[in-house]
Formats: sequence, C-alpha cells, structure tokens
Amino acid sequence: MLGVFRVSFSLPFNKFLHMIYFENVSKIYNAISVALENITFSVEPKEFVSLVGQSGAGKTTLIKLLLAEEYPTEGSVFFESLDVHRLLSEELPMVRRRMGTIFQDFKLLPAKTAYENIAFAMEASGRTNEEIASDVPQILELVGLSDKADNFPHELSGGEKQRVSIARALINRPDVIIADEPTGNLDPLNAWEIVRLLGKINDLGTTVLLATHDKDVINAIGKRVVTMEKGKIIRDEKKGRYVL
Amino acid sequence: MIVTYIGRVIKAGFTSFWRNGSVSFASILVMVLALFMIGSLLFSQVLLRATLDAVKGKIDISVYFKATALEGEIASLQASLAALPEVSEIEYISREDSLAIFRERHQNNALISSSLEELGENPLGAALNIRAKNPQHYENIALFLEEGNFPVIDKVNYRKNKLVIDRLTAIISGSQKVGIGITVVLGAIAMLIVFNTIRLAIFTSKTEIEIMKLVGASRRYIRSPYLVEGFLYGAVASIVTTLLFWPLTYWLSPRAVQFFGFDLYLYYIANIFQFFLLLFLSGVILGVFSSFIATRRYLKV
Ligand SMILES: Nc1ncnc2c1ncn2[C@@H]1O[C@H](COP(=O)(O)OP(=O)(O)O)[C@@H](O)[C@H]1O
Ligand SMILES: [Mg+2]
Repeated sequence: MLGVFRVSFSLPFNKFLHMIYFENVSKIYNAISVALENITFSVEPKEFVSLVGQSGAGKTTLIKLLLAEEYPTEGSVFFESLDVHRLLSEELPMVRRRMGTIFQDFKLLPAKTAYENIAFAMEASGRTNEEIASDVPQILELVGLSDKADNFPHELSGGEKQRVSIARALINRPDVIIADEPTGNLDPLNAWEIVRLLGKINDLGTTVLLATHDKDVINAIGKRVVTMEKGKIIRDEKKGRYVL
Repeated sequence: MIVTYIGRVIKAGFTSFWRNGSVSFASILVMVLALFMIGSLLFSQVLLRATLDAVKGKIDISVYFKATALEGEIASLQASLAALPEVSEIEYISREDSLAIFRERHQNNALISSSLEELGENPLGAALNIRAKNPQHYENIALFLEEGNFPVIDKVNYRKNKLVIDRLTAIISGSQKVGIGITVVLGAIAMLIVFNTIRLAIFTSKTEIEIMKLVGASRRYIRSPYLVEGFLYGAVASIVTTLLFWPLTYWLSPRAVQFFGFDLYLYYIANIFQFFLLLFLSGVILGVFSSFIATRRYLKV
C-alpha cells in the first residue's frame, strides 16, 4: 500500500536498512533561527535512543521533521525507507499510525474521555468495533487506568494524562514510539514511572526515540545517547550518560 | 466496513454537537435568525404578488352609452365584442340599473337626489363592463372600441383607469424587485454571519484537528464529523424556524387579510412542507458548506 518503490534506486542502499534515517538535514525557520544544521543520523529497529540537549538544541524540530509536521530546508528524512516528506496526502496518515507519539503537553483530545481518546486512534486506523472493545480495556489495564476510563482529560492528573497518551501511542502496535519530553510536566515519581514504561515497551521489541533534557532520566536508562547542541549532533554514544 | 465508518462519523458528529452544547446553541440561534429572515422575505414577496394579482383582477373596461342609444344597437355591439377572442365576460347594465346604482351611491346626498327628482326622466345611459381573459388584452379591446367610432358610445373609461393601474402595477412590481434585492443582500449577510459563527466555533478546534492528524487520522475522517455537526445546525435551525412561523402567521393573518386581502396563515399551512424544505436545504447547505470551508484551513498537511 505504501509507495516503497517510489524511492529512487539511485539512493545508497543502506537507507533501506534503517528504521529512521536523517540524511544531511537542515532546518532554517528564519534567518536568525537555524534549528538544525546538516544532521545525519539513524535509528535501528529495537533500539532505545535518547536524544538529549539543552532547551533550544533542536530536539523538537528533529521530531517534527520525522512526523512530517515540518518540512526540512535541506536533506531528506526516511522512515522505513520512505521519504516522509514525499508521501501523498493519503499515505501520510498511514505512516503516522506506525509511529506512536507522546508529548510533554499530552495532546489528548479535550472533548473525549480517556477511553475515547484511545479508541479514536483505533477508529482512525480503521479497526473494527470488536477489536476496539477488546483492546482498549486491555491497554487501560496495562497503564493502570481502568478506573479512569470515562474521565475527561481535565479530570486526570498529569501522570494519568501521560499514561493515557502512552496507551494511545501503543494501541496500534506501532513500529516506533516517539516521545518528546514526556516527563517535562511530571514530578520525579511520575516521570520515573513513565520512563520505566518506555523501557518495558522497548524490551517487548518496540523502537523508542526519547527526546529529553532531564539528566536523571538519561542516566537511569543507560542506553544509546545522542547529544545535540545548537542544531548539531555533538556526541553519539552506545551506553551514554548526560554530559554537557 | 463502510457502514462502521459512516456510523462512527455520525456518532462523533452527534456527540460533539451534544457535548459542545453552548457552541451548538449559538450556531443554531444565528442560523435561525438567518433562516427567519429568508422566510419573512419570502412571505412578503408572496403578499406583494397576491396584491398585484388582486389589483390586476380588478381591471375592466366600462363602455358608457348615450342615453339615446337603442337597445338593439347596444346588443349588436355587445355581440361583436363577445366575438373578440380576447373577451372573457361582458356584463350588461341597463339604463334603469345605472340609475339604481347611481341613486344608491349618492343616497346620502340630498342635492343630487332632489335634482334627479326634478329632472323626472332618467339621464343615464346603459353600460357594458368588459373583462378580458388576460390583462394584456385590454389594449386591443380598447382599440377596437375607439377605432370603431361607434356613434352610440358616450365614453370608454379605459385610458384613465389604465393610468392608475399602470402606476399601481409599477409600484408593486418595483417594490417586488426591491424586495428581491433586499432578500439577496440580507440573505448574503445572514449567510456570512452563520459562516463566521461556525468558522469561529471550529477555530477553537485547531489543536484538536492537529492532534487527530498526529494520531494518523485521515483528512476525511477528521472532517466528516464537523460536516455532520454543520448538518445538524441547519436541520435543527430549519425546524425551529418553520415552527416559529406558525404562531407568527396565525397572529398576522387577520391583519394581512385586511390590508392585502390575503390569508397568510392559510398560505403557510398549505405550503408548510415546501416552506420547510426550502429552509431545511438552505440551512443544511449553509451549515455543511461553512464547516467544510472552516476545516479546510487546518487540514492542509
Ligand atoms: N516555529 C518556529 N519558528 C521559528 N523558530 C523556531 C520554531 N520552532 C523552533 N524554533 C527555534 O528552533 C530552535 C530549536 O528549537 P526546538 O527544536 O524546539 O528545540 P528543543 O526541542 O531542543 O528545545 C530554537 O532556537 C527555537 O527558537
Ligand atoms: Mg522541545
């Protein structure tokens, strides 16, 4: 269904092996704000990659490019060998269903309950009513929110909201979980709970890309760390720590 | 699958319509005002048309004969008039009838009554009232009478009547045209207001639409519930407006009969279905169209 073969064969072969591949990507919002400068980096299947750097380093911009919310000024971004910025408008939603997203501000639909927020992601992917009726309670159980199913987002605490958004990100069994500062609005205990959940998800075989500037979070994970500064990648370590 | 899809879209539209009660209420209120305006203008057009028809129905040509004209001469003229294809009806008023009508009309005028008594004999001639099949035909009938130079005819009262009738017709059709102009302008303004109300309502959904896109919802799946909501605004508003006209026309009806000789309430009852259909289509098209345009802005990838 997805236009795998629309990718030109003149491209180097290794692109097809990465799950995510940024190729010489630059993003210039305007003359005074160069958010990304010639970024090349890749994420492999089943990896847990922490993207770290101070506020303004370009982490969110990098994620927005991956989600095709923004267009690169130069270079290309590939998700499973698809150039995400060259998809047809019907193809983009299908690619996005394979990426589960988690944000600092949760991005829950305010007029829908916890249950409906999760169900919406399934409905949007065209899943049957039976699947929805069986999967949503299961995932709510998994994130420990069975008793909050019918609460609206404004009736949930920050940690609960983030767990709803994780449940929503997981519900379509995505190939990768992309989390942008998921712990930014949470107290340390809740933050730790979220990180533990992400680790568990990764252990079960899902790729995780986590952007954060939370030192404690990074040092606790002990997996690959990519450090950014002023729009450039300055360090990429297999078992990294947060160093600035 | 398509049934599930449509079911979901309709359910989402209804849920959102219900949960965003105040927004729905405001949109419906504005839409009712707009539809009410369209309805009122429609009714005023009908009233004007009815008045125009009534005036046109009153036109006729009266031929007054000299008092000396013989009945045979009048009868032969009546026969040749009846032979004209344009004539639908001829009413003969004898000299005696003319006098009776004249007497009755001036019965309170002592001077005229006494003059008549003094005169002793009937000074009035017979008359013919001619009705044409169609208002445009009067011109031909009048020409026939004028060019025939019949010696028995005293006068034909067409030209003078025609002036008055032409003026009335001009005034009514003029106001009808102005009415159509006002309808169009006010209708356009009303639509703009409705459009902007719905657009503002959806403007608050900007982040919502962005979230739906991120979750991987297709454009159509995001947009359709908003279209359902727009449809509901139009449907509810058209029902409310149609019902509003019931007591209104009932209340106005006696006045309308008095001024225009037209029963508005009866007209409303007789045409209620067409009237509702018109408002329903206007409302629904306006609602769905506004939602479509409003969501378009946020749906561009
Ligand atoms: N929409 C935008 N328009 C202009 N500049 C922006 C925009 N978004 C981000 N930037 C700039 O790009 C740089 C990187 O921002 P961002 O990617 O949000 O960093 P991070 O997520 O690491 O804090 C910052 O200097 C920021 O001011
Ligand atoms: Mg950021």
